[in-house]
Amino acid sequence: MTQEKFELEKIATDEYILSMGPQHPSTHGVLRVILRMDGEYVIDLQPDPGYIHSSIEKICERRNYDQIMPYTDRMDYLSAVNYNWVYALAVEKLLGIKVPERAEYIRVILAEINRIMSHLLWFSAFGIDMGALTPIWYAFRERENLITLIEAQTGGRLTHNALRIGGVKNDLPKGFIEGLKKFLSNFEDYIDEYEALLINNVIFTARTKGIGILKKEIAISYGMSGPTIRGSNVSIDLRKTSPYSIYDKFDFKVCVGQNGDTWDRCKVRMDEMRQSANILRQAIEGMPSGDVMAKVPRVIKPAPGEVYEKVEGPRGETGVYIVSDGTEKPYRIKFRSPSFSNLSGLREICIGYKIADLVAIMGSLDLVIPEIDR
Amino acid sequence: MEILKDLIYNTGKPLSQFYQWLHKLWAGFNFPPLVLDIIIQFIVAFVIFIFIALNALWIIYYERKFSAKLQIRKGPNRVGPIGLLQTVADTIKLLIKEDINPVKADKIVFFIAPGIVFLATFLSFLVIPFGNGLIVADLSIGVLYLIAVSGLAVIGILAGGWASNNKYSLIGGLRSAAQIVGYEIPNMIIILTVVMLAGSMKMSEIINAQSGYKWFVFYQPVAFLLFLIASNAEINRAPFDLPEAESELVSGFITEYSAMKFAFFFLAEYTNLFIVSAIATTLFLGGWQGPVLPPFIWFIIKTYAVVTFLMWIRWTFPRIRVDHLMEFSWKYLLPIALINLIITAFIIKITG
Repeated sequence: MTQEKFELEKIATDEYILSMGPQHPSTHGVLRVILRMDGEYVIDLQPDPGYIHSSIEKICERRNYDQIMPYTDRMDYLSAVNYNWVYALAVEKLLGIKVPERAEYIRVILAEINRIMSHLLWFSAFGIDMGALTPIWYAFRERENLITLIEAQTGGRLTHNALRIGGVKNDLPKGFIEGLKKFLSNFEDYIDEYEALLINNVIFTARTKGIGILKKEIAISYGMSGPTIRGSNVSIDLRKTSPYSIYDKFDFKVCVGQNGDTWDRCKVRMDEMRQSANILRQAIEGMPSGDVMAKVPRVIKPAPGEVYEKVEGPRGETGVYIVSDGTEKPYRIKFRSPSFSNLSGLREICIGYKIADLVAIMGSLDLVIPEIDR
Repeated sequence: MEILKDLIYNTGKPLSQFYQWLHKLWAGFNFPPLVLDIIIQFIVAFVIFIFIALNALWIIYYERKFSAKLQIRKGPNRVGPIGLLQTVADTIKLLIKEDINPVKADKIVFFIAPGIVFLATFLSFLVIPFGNGLIVADLSIGVLYLIAVSGLAVIGILAGGWASNNKYSLIGGLRSAAQIVGYEIPNMIIILTVVMLAGSMKMSEIINAQSGYKWFVFYQPVAFLLFLIASNAEINRAPFDLPEAESELVSGFITEYSAMKFAFFFLAEYTNLFIVSAIATTLFLGGWQGPVLPPFIWFIIKTYAVVTFLMWIRWTFPRIRVDHLMEFSWKYLLPIALINLIITAFIIKITG
């Protein structure tokens, strides 16, 4: 008896370190997560970002205010318009410019198209994370329509450089509204189809319901935002809670989940696509005519001061903090990226789950790595 | 010519005719009978190998086209007419690729592992009845032999996962071991139900028991479904592709493999798909039996119908999680299979 016990104790169940990334199919880029594993279980983890650091904030200190706009595209390439927008908002506030109403409507339309595009790409990538290889092609069919529309307006398919300080560069091209109407006419049906295909699939719900529960308090204390925190039944949406631009004119719902698990975060994103389509419809209806560009001085030289502006990006609160010293270049620019805050709480929600759950949870946070590293 | 006639007109002895023909051909050389038998076996093995290679080429192309249809895209369409030569080009690429051995890998085991996996699939062809009498060896323990041989693959996968000296590979190998063991038992019980119905383990007799459209799928629909699920899990295909789960384990046990060693794993995977469908056809769909068309054609049609169904499943579902997988096997598949077995036994006893 004692002999046997001794033998059993000799079988060591070692923990081991698994370096997930920077080259791994499901870290969506070059994020590295160092895992301490016990068999299939994650005991501890440490995200290790920084592999795609491109010092955008430092570059911005050497550029004129109007030259910075294209750099803001490159941080979150899936919601370029929202980054454009937050930067434009901040500089407009520094300069005290009032943007024409038609430009505001165009901005809303572009931003909501961008939000749908981003969520569709999240849907495809998440499908692949979960091992379903077909949803990506369905989602990309719709995304392609939107890219074509936004390309007609801005000329860019991924990094649009869509907005300018004081408005937008061009008015909407011919056929844009018709194309958008055509897209919206059956978009909700497609969303229903996606939900039937993936989100309500038996295997999918078994893998996501009750997994990676993000408590309200933890989400708030880590400064999480966007669909990630709304999944935990916190009704924070900057479009509603502190309306910027003309969002107070639109009637839409803030989608929240109940339990804060992976499935809720997915469901929130699916519902948000419906709400975005809703906003787009209202924006098309209420669109006024007029200028699309305010009067902006040729050389932008804001008075010394500082400003913080924030918008609701597809991933959450996208913010920018600008310190101006009165010259034509900003003294300091700091971007607040939602993915960074969302990633920082990863350790709190992943410990004790399996590696497959870790992939699902990371996918449900919808991380964009260049945005984390900047 | 006579062989072809046998093949088409379903006389039940094309292969023995073939053996006799070969014997006659070499009668003048005065080989000892044992040597002649060995030569003939080599020829048969070679023919099977060619069949496996060609079948895999086709089945990979077919899967790519089929998945393309499901995913509203075109699939391979550049190499050859409608992309037919795509897989040939891929094979050539794999052949001339550099064969990389990881520095810290266990060289010998790393080398042998793909061989073992391929051997397991290769040996299965011994008892697959392609047509009436078109079976390499109609063993009296045919089904049992199949189960035994298919269990061999796990050794290769485990060895490959271990020898790669990569943590992802090791997790993949261990997952595969747990999975194949977990699904072999329900699979065996399901096959046992069929064996009870047929009263024999011999492949030809199982098929004969289903003559006159008394296919076992009509008597055992539950068993057929369970068999498809269990064998899909046993050959590591999605949604049960945990050993090579791309998004979790990079590529699982084949992460470190490249060039021809990888090709062998790939070949084995797709041949396994064919074998599983062939077994499903034999056990449940009446094998090569059918009207008008020659038996060989019927066999291929039915097998490819099952192959298509399995592909459909693969491209529809997300991947199952590892503990759900084991739970599903032990908590649902096994009890249902056992209950099915007991009910079948009772009915056989009552109806005699």
